[in-house]
Amino acid sequence: MLRDITIGQYYASDSVIHRMDPRFKIVASMLYLVSLFLVDQIIAYLAVVLFIGSVIKLSRVPVGYVLKGLKPIFLLIVFAFVINIFLTPGQGSPVFEVGFIKIYAEGIERAFFMAIRLILLIIGTSMLTLTTSPIELTDGIEYLLNPFKKIGLPAHELAMMMTIALRFIPTLLEETDKIMKAQMARGADFESGNIMNRAKALIPLLVPLFISAFRRADELAMAMEARCYKGGEGRTRMKVLKYSVLDLWGVGIVTLYMAICVVM
Amino acid sequence: MSIKITDLSHIYDRNTPNETVAIDQINLTIESGQFVGLIGHTGSGKSTLIQHLNGLLKPSEGEIVVSGYNITEGLDQTHSKKRSQRKKEARARKKKLIEVRRRVGLVFQYPEYQLFEETVEKDVAFGPLNLGLSDADAIERVKEALSLVGMDYNDYKDRSPFDLSGGQKRRVAIAGVLAMKPEVLILDEPTAGLDPKGRDEILGQIKHLHEKEGMTVIIVSHSMEDMAKISERLIVMNRGRIVLDGHPKEVFKHIDRLEEIGLAVPQISYLARALVEKGFDIDPTILTVEEATQCLAQKLNRKTKSGELC
Amino acid sequence: MIVTENLYFRYADEKDENCFALKNVNIKIKDGEFVVIIGHNGSGKSTLSKLLNGIYYPTQGKIFIDQLDTSDESLIWEIRKRAGMVFQNPDNQLVATIVEEDVAFGPENMGLSSAEIRLRVDEALDSVSMGDFKRKPPHHLSGGQKQRVAIAGILAMKPKCIIFDEPTAMLDPSGRKEVMETIRYLNAHDRMTVVHITHFMDEAVHADRILVMDEGEIVLEGTPKEVFSQVDTLKSIGLDVPQVTLLSYELKKIGFDLSGENLTVEELVEELCQLK
Repeated sequence: MLRDITIGQYYASDSVIHRMDPRFKIVASMLYLVSLFLVDQIIAYLAVVLFIGSVIKLSRVPVGYVLKGLKPIFLLIVFAFVINIFLTPGQGSPVFEVGFIKIYAEGIERAFFMAIRLILLIIGTSMLTLTTSPIELTDGIEYLLNPFKKIGLPAHELAMMMTIALRFIPTLLEETDKIMKAQMARGADFESGNIMNRAKALIPLLVPLFISAFRRADELAMAMEARCYKGGEGRTRMKVLKYSVLDLWGVGIVTLYMAICVVM
Repeated sequence: MSIKITDLSHIYDRNTPNETVAIDQINLTIESGQFVGLIGHTGSGKSTLIQHLNGLLKPSEGEIVVSGYNITEGLDQTHSKKRSQRKKEARARKKKLIEVRRRVGLVFQYPEYQLFEETVEKDVAFGPLNLGLSDADAIERVKEALSLVGMDYNDYKDRSPFDLSGGQKRRVAIAGVLAMKPEVLILDEPTAGLDPKGRDEILGQIKHLHEKEGMTVIIVSHSMEDMAKISERLIVMNRGRIVLDGHPKEVFKHIDRLEEIGLAVPQISYLARALVEKGFDIDPTILTVEEATQCLAQKLNRKTKSGELC
Repeated sequence: MIVTENLYFRYADEKDENCFALKNVNIKIKDGEFVVIIGHNGSGKSTLSKLLNGIYYPTQGKIFIDQLDTSDESLIWEIRKRAGMVFQNPDNQLVATIVEEDVAFGPENMGLSSAEIRLRVDEALDSVSMGDFKRKPPHHLSGGQKQRVAIAGILAMKPKCIIFDEPTAMLDPSGRKEVMETIRYLNAHDRMTVVHITHFMDEAVHADRILVMDEGEIVLEGTPKEVFSQVDTLKSIGLDVPQVTLLSYELKKIGFDLSGENLTVEELVEELCQLK
């Protein structure tokens, strides 16, 4: 059913990784992404795999569950692989040649590394969302963006928007399902026909959906005001983010890891 | 227009950890022209059941026949190898579903939220046009449907449905389904959110449709009082099964059973039971205020205005 | 607690100068009172509730919440702190993705300390018996449960009064029962002043006082017994009375020696037994 779709696919657990501060985890993930573009040696990749492997192990998220996240982007990986293998020019003679298609050794190497890099990138980012609940993630982003408030970046508003979006996605999905069924009961057909017809068939779905979304927004704004919401100014939080010893360990390990990546 | 449901089951998320049985082997026959109330608390399977009658959900098992026409057959998506074959099957399926929806009209809860056109006329015509009717025929249907819900075609046809009051919007939405001229009309809580006046209007119109057009009507409701007043047959569902089925008088006798599954009976039924316990010799199956007035007047030796006996 | 004086209200988009949504409304609600406002859709009851919370301002007249004037903009947040409001649609008033985070929203806006918020959130969730659902996302709850979370969100702001704007209109019977029990508990146990707006007459039976609105005016006022015995007036403005009250009224009309004011099955049974 539609309502069971969870955004950000958080995997609830109480591991050390889960307990780390979201701000640290966001920064560490960014550093990890950078590290992926620093390394180009097989040995260095082993270090990356070892690092992300231990993170997965520590997080107690089943490996199968992590790998499932690769499924939707499998085609993209294959695409990147093929493009690289065919289009990388090389010196010397091609390894393989049929007609105008020439494959060089460099191409194979590059395609291989590109695919590995993509896979590691996806696994890395999904480790962030798997171990950090959406609400922690928004909090973390809000705190991290705070310094930029001075240059006019609406950090609080951005975080509030993200929270509300996360809150209303399941509600709107459910509503879409309801309206779709109601129009189907009136003979609407969302499944067949060419692209033009299908786009036209969406009007009876989209108009009511937009109207309802606006009505909800209106009512929500009123309810928020009635609960004394007046923007980020003067607002406190129930859960204040605090760094712990765990994060200190994390900083140490990530620094060591980055150093290794730079050196190699 | 009789409906025959045989061994109907519906299982959500089959073969996953979230597997839930929404409907559990239901057998049910509804005779042509009956006025049926369907009652059960949220999650009892009543919404799932009515969506099957309209072909919106496919049964996991079992079949539904509406006046000799099997509506659950041939809904399966086939995976033929040949493209032309696939297309042909898709067309046949579409035709089938249109046929099902022409026979069985389904009005969802809060139907006013599905209005989308610029004018009332266009919105009501949406269904008939989907059935493949010509513009002229569709307009005829719109006129009829609007008059059935007590709205004048000329007054309302060019108005935007979004400028109408809540009760009017709901009537336009119901007209949108009536315009498809269904033989069976199913309404999911048609009075939800309405005040007493709006509620009485809508129920009055539905009753009128049933009497005048001879339409088979199924109403899903939470209101025991309304159902006691209006329906000829009550079906009570719990956990995907039918637990009670019969005339409201029959059904409301089972106060304890109904309370056990989290439902109540009309206040008058409670009164009748309490009076019987106190030694009053009255009919324990009275349901409405009118019945109770007459019955008590008679028992206490006073004549009502009409002088009828209890 | 709540006083309105010659209150008139006209919507800003209303062109007709003489078309008021509220006309000459004078009400006084005491501390700890449980007042129910009934009326059909469009009778002005929802408009009134939004005025009481400072969402709209009076066109004429005054409203005082705990002696604070709602038309004074500098007092608005103080007024909203003291008079909380629960709305009709449970989906459209929950802000956060986790129950306890949502309950914390109000106190967070008030700028309280983290420890104080935690305390209030736990207390509020316990008073509506939703403590076990702290870490659940709202969309996994039933309508009645969501509405109780919304009530907890208001309780956490420690208001003196809660205005309920048709909180049961979109719920099924079991949800309605849950919410009504919660409201009654808050009034009886915590002495919370309650203004409950509804069109379900059975929810008004236990009120201290009922105000009946029609066409923007208060047309009837009194205890449930006083109000419900006016069967003809209520019917003429399109409202219901509970079945037993109607029966008692009908029997009285044809000459039975009944009070015609019975509100519950037990009361009527007792009176009928005396006739026997």
